[in-house]
Amino acid sequence: MSAVIPINESTASIEAARATPPQPRRVQPARWMDFAFENLTRFFAFLVFSLLAAILVSLVYGSQLTLETYGLRFLWSSDWDPVQEKFGALVPIYGTLMTSLIAMLIAVPVSFGIALFLTELSPAWLKRPLGTAIELLAAIPSIIYGMWGLFVFSPIFQTHVQPLLIQALSPVPWLGALFRGPPLGIGMMSAGLILSIMVIPFITAVMRDVFELVPPLLKESAYGLGSTTWEVVWKIVLPYTKVGVVGGVMLGLGRGLGETMAVTFVIGNAHQLAASLMAPGNSIASALANEFTEAVGDLYFSALIELGLILFLITTIVLALSKLLLMRLARQEGGRA
Amino acid sequence: MNAVYAARKRTNALLLAISGVAVAFGLFWLVWILGTLLYEGGHALARASLYYQMTPPPGSDGGLANAIAGSGLLILVGTLLGTPVGILAGTYLAEYGRDNWLTSATRFLNDVLLSAPSIVIGLFVYSVYVARVRHFSGWAGGCALALLVVPVVVRTTDDMLKLVPNSLREAAVALGCPTWKMIVMVSYRAAKTGILTGVLLAVARISGETAPLLFTALNNQFWSTNMNGPMSNLPTVIFQFAMSPYEDWHRLAWGGAALITLAVLTLNIAARSLFSKKD
Repeated sequence: MSAVIPINESTASIEAARATPPQPRRVQPARWMDFAFENLTRFFAFLVFSLLAAILVSLVYGSQLTLETYGLRFLWSSDWDPVQEKFGALVPIYGTLMTSLIAMLIAVPVSFGIALFLTELSPAWLKRPLGTAIELLAAIPSIIYGMWGLFVFSPIFQTHVQPLLIQALSPVPWLGALFRGPPLGIGMMSAGLILSIMVIPFITAVMRDVFELVPPLLKESAYGLGSTTWEVVWKIVLPYTKVGVVGGVMLGLGRGLGETMAVTFVIGNAHQLAASLMAPGNSIASALANEFTEAVGDLYFSALIELGLILFLITTIVLALSKLLLMRLARQEGGRA
Repeated sequence: MNAVYAARKRTNALLLAISGVAVAFGLFWLVWILGTLLYEGGHALARASLYYQMTPPPGSDGGLANAIAGSGLLILVGTLLGTPVGILAGTYLAEYGRDNWLTSATRFLNDVLLSAPSIVIGLFVYSVYVARVRHFSGWAGGCALALLVVPVVVRTTDDMLKLVPNSLREAAVALGCPTWKMIVMVSYRAAKTGILTGVLLAVARISGETAPLLFTALNNQFWSTNMNGPMSNLPTVIFQFAMSPYEDWHRLAWGGAALITLAVLTLNIAARSLFSKKD
C-alpha cells in the first residue's frame, strides 16, 4: 500500500507532529486512588446485592433435614410435637396469614382516611405535626407494642370489647364461627389489632406520597366541574394512583407478616388450629422467638429454620411485588411529565 | 336536582368526617401507648438504682445497668460496622454505577431488605456465625444489628447523593479533581446532613430491635463487656421480665421500655429536625 503513494521524509515528519501535538506538562493525578475507591464502593454494593441471596442459601442449608424428611408435607401438616419429633408448619402459617389479614382489614381503610386528611383536608400548619405524629407510631419499637398489648390492651379488650363482639357476632351464620369461644384477651384478634396499629404509618406514608403525585391540573379540572372533595379523591386521585396504593398496601402487608415481638406477646403461642379468632394461636415469627433458643435436637432446629425460610419467602415475594408496583407508578408518572 | 346535590354533599361530609375519625384513631393509640409508658415507666425511670444496679433475680430489687451498657455496646458495634458499608455501597449506586444492572438490582433488593423481617436476619447471623463458633456472643448481636443498619444507610446515602446537583460535580472535575476526591470533598459535603439523618434513623431503628438479638447476643444476668460472650441488652431483658410472673420484674421492664422509647423518639425527632433545618 505504501508503495502506491510515495511519501517523502519531510511530509511524514509533519504528519507525525500533527498526530502528537506537544503535550503541556501537567501533574498526573493518582489514578490508583480512583481505581481503589471505585472498586471499594463496587465491592460493598455487590455485598448488599448478594445479601438477600446469602440469607436464602443459609436458610435452605439450615433446613435441609426437614426439607428431606417431610418435603412439601411440612406445609400442610398441623403437627407440632417436639417430643415425638413431628413437625408441620400449618398452624404458624395460618396464624401469620390470619393476623396480617385482620391487620390489613383495619389498617387499609384507616390509612386511606389519614392520607386523605393529610393531603386534601388538613390546613397547611397542621400537616407537618400530624404527619410526624403518625410516623412516630412506626418509630415505637415493636416490643413496646407487645408489652403494652399484653398488660394494658388485652385486659381491657377482654372485659369490655370481646364479650360484646362474641354476643353480637357469634349467632351470625358462617361468620359466627370466627367469634365463638371464651374472651381470653390474648389471641389472633388482639394480635391482628395491634399489628394494624403498627402498619398504619407505613401504608399512610406511601399513600400520602402517591396522592401528592397527582397533577394539580387534574384535580382542579374536577373541582371546576363541580365535584365534591370526596368525588375528586374517589374518582380522580384514587384511579390515578391505584398502582401505588396497592404497592403501599403490600408494603404494609410485608411488614405485618414479619412482625415478631408485638405478636409474640399477645397471640398466645398455642400450637392449635382454631376456627375462632378469639382463640390463641401462633405465628411463624413468634414460634421462632419463643422456641428457637430452647430447641433440642437437629430435627427441631431444622423445622424452626424452615419456618424462617417460609416466612422469608412469603415476605420477600410480597415486598418485591410492592416495590414493582411502586416502580410502575413512578415510570408512568415519568412518562407523563 | 336539588336532592342529588344534597345527597352528594351529605356523602362528602360523611366521608370526610370519617377521614377525620381515622386520624383520631391513629393519634388515639399513639397517645395511649406513650401515656401508659410515662405512667408505668415514669416511677422506674426516676429511681437512680435503675441506672447503676444489675438486673436482679426475681423477688429482689435491682436495676438495669448491665442491660443499658450491653445495649449501648451492641448499638455502637452495629452502627460502626453497618455505617461504612452502607455509605460506600450507597456511593456506588449514586456516583459510579448510575445506570448499570448492578445499581438497579441492588436498589431493588436493598428496598426489600429494608422491610425484611428482622427475626430472619437474626436467624441468618445465627446460622452463619453463632452455629459455627458454637456460642452466643456480643459480636454476633452487633453483626445482626449492622445488617439492619446497612439498608437504611444505603437508601438515604443514595437518595441524598442523588440530590447533589451535577453542576457541582462538573465544576470539581473541570478543576482537575479526580473522581474519588470529587466524591469525598464535594458530594459527601453537600449531602452531609442527609447522610447523618440516615445514620441517626438507623440507630433509632436498631435501638428497639429485639428479635435479631434473641438468637445472637442472647442475654446475660451480669455485668459483661466481653463481646465474645453472651451479652445483656435492654430489649431481651424487657422481653424476659415482661413475660415473667414477678411484679418487680414487670416494674423494671416498664422502666426499660420507657427508656428505650424515649431514646428512640428523641433520635427520630433529632433526625427530622436536623434534616428540615437544611431545607
